[in-house]
Amino acid sequence: MMDREDERGPAKRAEEFLQVFKKGAEFTQEILKDNERLRYQILELEERLKLREDMGGTGDSVSDKLLERIQALEKEKKEILERILHVEAENVDFANRYVEVESENNMLANLYIASYQLHSTLDFREVLQVITEIIINLIGAEEFAIMLLDEKTNKLQAMAGEGLELNELPTIGLGEGVIGQMAKTGENYFIDDMENYVRDFAHPIVCIPLKIKEHVIGVIVIYKLLTQKSRFAEVDYELFTLLAGHAATAIFSSKLYSESERKLSTIQGFIELLTK
Amino acid sequence: MSTYKVLVVEDSPTMRQLIVFALKRIRGFTIIEANDGVDGLKKLSSDKFDLIFTDINMPIMDGLKLVSLVRNDPGYKNVPIVIITTEGASEDRERALALGANDYITKPIQTIKIIDAAKRLLNLS
Repeated sequence: MMDREDERGPAKRAEEFLQVFKKGAEFTQEILKDNERLRYQILELEERLKLREDMGGTGDSVSDKLLERIQALEKEKKEILERILHVEAENVDFANRYVEVESENNMLANLYIASYQLHSTLDFREVLQVITEIIINLIGAEEFAIMLLDEKTNKLQAMAGEGLELNELPTIGLGEGVIGQMAKTGENYFIDDMENYVRDFAHPIVCIPLKIKEHVIGVIVIYKLLTQKSRFAEVDYELFTLLAGHAATAIFSSKLYSESERKLSTIQGFIELLTK
Repeated sequence: MSTYKVLVVEDSPTMRQLIVFALKRIRGFTIIEANDGVDGLKKLSSDKFDLIFTDINMPIMDGLKLVSLVRNDPGYKNVPIVIITTEGASEDRERALALGANDYITKPIQTIKIIDAAKRLLNLS
């Protein structure tokens, strides 16, 4: 009997041990599940916390309000900075515009004075003097000449100038060379390469026909500009255009006036003779 | 508002008109014109000026002589003088500055340079 019980004892103990082991395994499983759940909760809380931090909240209502105010001020600051940038850009625009307006003003002043001076006299020599002054002072030429067309011979002859002897300049026939050709066509001529130019009386750096409508009465030829003037500015082209027309009419008017004065004195002389 | 009297001594009517035209853009400026150095001296003796613009090459009396005479006059010792020259005439320009001219403008002149020189020498904004 004892032997049978002894035989059953180890089996029972093994079964009990197995039961305990199973319970231990179940307990471990439960702990693992709890662990998993807690990890999930931690993750969830961490995410919430991060989201709150991103939104600037602390959970405290006063702090949240302050944070909201800071956010509003930051937004306002950003807007102000944008506005400042915009105003600065506008300032640059205004500065550029100011420079443009000043340049236009200078151009208009030059044109007004040139025009005013050209029509300020009816004396032929004074008109030539005014044209000379305009070319020196407003355009900035150092060596140049004003050549007028003799309608009887169809030849251009230098009548006034600066920086060169007028008798050095050749008489040029209409259509002859660059100068004659420009006088014939009525087109302006500007040399392409001003830097390497060497003075040649037949090839000026600039040739401007003096025209009354399409009728050419002479030309302005420029051979050298002032040292500081390396190229022409926009105002110079405007002045050339003005000179082409206004200088021509001023020269023509003064010539007509001189002729009429001469004729008048001749007629008066005859009348005096007849009435004596 | 302060008023300033400016003398422009220039024999070329074109240049004179251009300088006067530019100076008229500054408020409070009264501008008197003179044809040459002698005419300029006459006007300087009959009136009191705050600024003088003068050309160098002029008939009868040139700008250098005028600068020299103006600087020797106790009444005009400190009055600013601006000379108008050509770039090539550097000797004249240096001489004028040595004689007491305060500034120079080279031809062909731009109206803005005249305005800038006048404002700078009279400390105007």
